[in-house]
Amino acid sequence: MGIVNIAPAPSTAGRSLHRFANPGRFLRLSGRILPYVAIIGLVVTLAGLYWGLALSPADWQQGDAVRIMYVHVPAAWLASFGYAMLAACSIASLVWRHPLADLAAAEIGPVGAAFTALCLATGSLWGKPMWGAWWVWDARMTSVLVLFFLYCGHVALVRAFDDQQRGYRAGAILALVGVVNLPIIKFSVNWWNTLHQPASITLSGAPSMAPAMLWPLLLCAVGGMFGFAAIVTARTRAAVMERRIRALTLAQIRGAEA
Amino acid sequence: MTHLLYIVASYGLTIVVVGWLAVGSFLRTRRARERLAKIDPRGNR
Repeated sequence: MGIVNIAPAPSTAGRSLHRFANPGRFLRLSGRILPYVAIIGLVVTLAGLYWGLALSPADWQQGDAVRIMYVHVPAAWLASFGYAMLAACSIASLVWRHPLADLAAAEIGPVGAAFTALCLATGSLWGKPMWGAWWVWDARMTSVLVLFFLYCGHVALVRAFDDQQRGYRAGAILALVGVVNLPIIKFSVNWWNTLHQPASITLSGAPSMAPAMLWPLLLCAVGGMFGFAAIVTARTRAAVMERRIRALTLAQIRGAEA
Repeated sequence: MTHLLYIVASYGLTIVVVGWLAVGSFLRTRRARERLAKIDPRGNR
């Protein structure tokens, strides 16, 4: 009687994810794509910033201070987008044990933290002339500050263990627990009375913003998205190569000792 | 232009932070590639 294989077949998602688990394949593919992503990010962002700074009109209430929006809003979107990517990598790590997902998550953490800090800092620089305060403990700003702490916690946690795998596992769990903060950030301006204005752009309705301001904002956001992707990809490529260097150095040391 | 100081500070901060991230990742990748090429020439992709 033959042996019956009762192991479940790997899922389609798992199979297609593991096609890119090979570090060599990742390095080849990302090396080809990265220059285009970086150039698109740079050109689109510069075009958006020029449009926003030089061509778009000043706001009738806020004056030229509204131009801070073209750096503040994309930074805020990228802070949340980065955390969603961090959570997706954490799922890929915990469910499929995807080796590149661990490295990507570890590299998204510092980049996301930097964009969140940028969002908070530019928000303060916008808030001071408009509200008369650098900071208020309203729901939107506090939830974004919590996002910053979550990023910092993730960065610290993945580097806190001698066993790197334990650090990745702990970081992934923290990232998934922290996902609950994303809808709080999004809906905080609807759920609570906040000093922060509600969203001007929604998926369900027309934007409450003049097209002359909307288009440069969207250009900055799309350019920023490409820039974020390029930075994270470059850092992940470096991490893959550094891991290979560590493995080869250890093998050389063990070979010399034997 | 009104509130010029705040606008310049916002854009300046953005350029510094994003530039630091971009240049840092570029230099780190180049350093890793060079080190890998010394240890394992096949790894220099």
